[in-house]
Amino acid sequence: MEQTKVIVGLGSCGIAAGAKKVYDRIKAEMDAEGLDFELKKTSCIGMCYREPLVEIIDENGSYLYGDIDEKRAVEIIQKHVSQHNPVKDYVVQTELFETSDNDFVKPQVKIVLRNCGYIDPEKIEDYEARSGYRAIRKIAAERIARLDVIQTVINSGLRGRGGGGFPTGLKWKFANDNKADEKFIICNADEGDPGAFMDRSVLEGDPHSVLEGMIIGAYAIEATGGVIYCRAEYPLAIKRLNIAIEQAREKGYLGKNILGVEGFNFDIYIKEGAGAFVCGEETALIASVEGLRGMPRKRPPFPAASGLWKKPTNINNVETFANIPWIILNGAEEYAKYGTDRSKGTKVFALAGKIKRSGLVEVPMGISIRDVIFKLGGGIQEDKKFKAVQMGGPSGGCIPDSLSDTIVDYDSVNATGAIMGSGGMVVMDEATCMVDVAKFFLDFTRKESCGKCTFCRMGTTRMLEILTRITEGKGEEGDIQKLEELAYEIKDNSLCGLGQTAPNPVLTTIRYFRDEYEAHIRDKKCPAKVCKSLLTYEVIPDKCTGCTLCAINCPVDAIDGERKGIHFIRQEDCIKCGMCFTKCKFDAILTY
Amino acid sequence: MRIERINIEEIKDVREGVDLALLDPLIEKFRDKKGKMIPLLQGTQDIYGYIPREAFEKISGETGLKLSDMFGVATFYAQFRMNPVGKHIVKVCHGTACHVQNANSITEAMQEALGIDDGETTEDGMFTLESVACLGCCSLAPVMMIGDDTFGKLTGTQAIRIIKEIRKKELKQNQPD
Ligand SMILES: Cc1cc2nc3c(=O)[nH]c(=O)nc-3n(C[C@H](O)[C@H](O)[C@H](O)COP(=O)(O)O)c2cc1C
Ligand code: SF4
Ligand code: SF4
Ligand code: FES
Repeated sequence: MEQTKVIVGLGSCGIAAGAKKVYDRIKAEMDAEGLDFELKKTSCIGMCYREPLVEIIDENGSYLYGDIDEKRAVEIIQKHVSQHNPVKDYVVQTELFETSDNDFVKPQVKIVLRNCGYIDPEKIEDYEARSGYRAIRKIAAERIARLDVIQTVINSGLRGRGGGGFPTGLKWKFANDNKADEKFIICNADEGDPGAFMDRSVLEGDPHSVLEGMIIGAYAIEATGGVIYCRAEYPLAIKRLNIAIEQAREKGYLGKNILGVEGFNFDIYIKEGAGAFVCGEETALIASVEGLRGMPRKRPPFPAASGLWKKPTNINNVETFANIPWIILNGAEEYAKYGTDRSKGTKVFALAGKIKRSGLVEVPMGISIRDVIFKLGGGIQEDKKFKAVQMGGPSGGCIPDSLSDTIVDYDSVNATGAIMGSGGMVVMDEATCMVDVAKFFLDFTRKESCGKCTFCRMGTTRMLEILTRITEGKGEEGDIQKLEELAYEIKDNSLCGLGQTAPNPVLTTIRYFRDEYEAHIRDKKCPAKVCKSLLTYEVIPDKCTGCTLCAINCPVDAIDGERKGIHFIRQEDCIKCGMCFTKCKFDAILTY
Repeated sequence: MRIERINIEEIKDVREGVDLALLDPLIEKFRDKKGKMIPLLQGTQDIYGYIPREAFEKISGETGLKLSDMFGVATFYAQFRMNPVGKHIVKVCHGTACHVQNANSITEAMQEALGIDDGETTEDGMFTLESVACLGCCSLAPVMMIGDDTFGKLTGTQAIRIIKEIRKKELKQNQPD
């Protein structure tokens, strides 16, 4: 009989939820009781909402346990491993019986995430055991021609997963067409969209798949050097990438005459970003790798002609690279079976916000947004009403409930005014104020603008001023038009994608939630009760216990009342700071 | 916009206690490398927690990098600090997911618990409070990070408790009985 395996998910999210303690506890239990099982580590399994996760694989199959704390960890080890008696109540996913979360897994097709949650990312053997490095071995062994590799990628229909959606094979072809003594291949791991985390999960969970994708790319375009530009906020990803690169060098997947192919020399190093969203833009990224301020420049020349150190350079996203080995091994046709006419394959989405099951899902292109949110995501927290989903981050937009039958592919999402972006889906419910969301993104892009173009630099500042005014109850008639005019000017007069797309969050919220803007401007009300200065605060007499907490904390002494007596807010003095609402322990402050 | 970060007046001149010899191995490592500026600045910040004025001058003198270029780069990227920071840096995430899950209340709680504003350091030099964009743990929003530890699904009260515990630990370390 095969030895029982116990696998603990130790991605950033798992560790934040306490998975390290769970791992240590299981290890201690194993040593103390002298138990015979194999204890393994893996990274993000995708079900972040159930972290910490522990998977037990015994002779019957796999059981994924969720919400495991130290106490439960001991319980499942004792009952399941020692007494062969699975604790069904804690099992969130298995093929052996119905569980609460099986439908989170069923609709998924795992190509990019094929190894995430299955392997120990710090062990190259684990990756190799699941067909890892077999694609590059095949290319080397059969001496597949470079143009054929590129053609396979073209035929697969793979489009860049970093946001733009440019056909990857074509990009490689351009880079290959430009001959030079030195060429570079860069992996864009800057993942700047706040609210997206799939690149992090892939890097932490399966770093070798990204390396192999880059090595195949290097073979195809004859690149001599590789760079992974990774944001510094991802220390665990950087650590695991470093380990992976070291292992790949030892095994001869990186270095000189790779896998016996004469003249195939390629190595990769990591460049840590220094915190600037605009460095996700390819020309800014290149400037940053060169050690300069990360400011975009005019294209052409495109990086494929003149990029890093003025050499031909090919830049792709993490997820794009992770697809490549699978495509080479399984063939372009197999990949193109998934998806829609113009968007092939699968896409990883990071579900977050007011959704029940937040985490990572990989689904075939063409699935509807509704299915992603309600079938996989389990719907809205506390069963509140779904309002909108934000896609594409600061460059994207909010897609309202009424359009949730939109399917996910590049063209359909674009038609709504949002963009596919990198795959972040931040779900919003009725308690989210859309004007506030628009303001949030504008504030972000304004801060992140590199300052080169006047419209991007000043235009976003002016738009933010107007939005701030609206959320503070000082909105004026005509503000919506002003926002729209500014938005189109900024889109038309900015050099790079940051400026060109910065107004999208405002434009889409105006398009779909105009009444909310109007309520702020005309009625001075925030329907979602988010914008504090538009709320009225009142004490509910029945609930007030006279604890005096609100009166003590009111910064302007606008609350009257004696200890044990009902309190009262003098509206004429209230500055609407919301302090009383936050402080009251008896929910006795009413807002409307 | 990024140019807003350039504000020379704000940079305090803290001359005492900067041991410049610590920079030597770093400078040696990158002296002849292409694109060395950012790694040099990152390495300097790793050593001192910020980039002291003297470090700029020394690196410039020894590598030939122009002071103006270095300053330009250091002010462009959010990562670089020109002033000393507290022992513990409290990074409260204000990414999209955390924003819609009320990250503001976490920052407010921290401001109250620490008695400082965003971007400031407590007088005892123990804590610095910062807002950051997305720590990549959006499924656990709202999130904050102290040192290498990430804390998720926070409430203001929990966040305050975490600070209290760090304070307690620090006190213990400082008064061995
Ligand atoms: C402001 C801005 C930020 C960007 N941020 C990222 C990013 O964080 N990650 C990424 O892969 N691409 C990002 N991109 C897209 C890249 O410029 C580039 O298109 C992409 O890395 C190409 O890879 P792909 O073809 O595989 O998608 C960004 C673009 C702009 C304009
Ligand atoms: S559009 Fe904005 S971020 Fe892009 S180059 Fe111009 S100023 Fe810089
Ligand atoms: S909202 Fe602020 S100012 Fe108004 S009564 Fe409450 S605590 Fe006082
Ligand atoms: S938005 Fe806070 S961790 Fe991503």
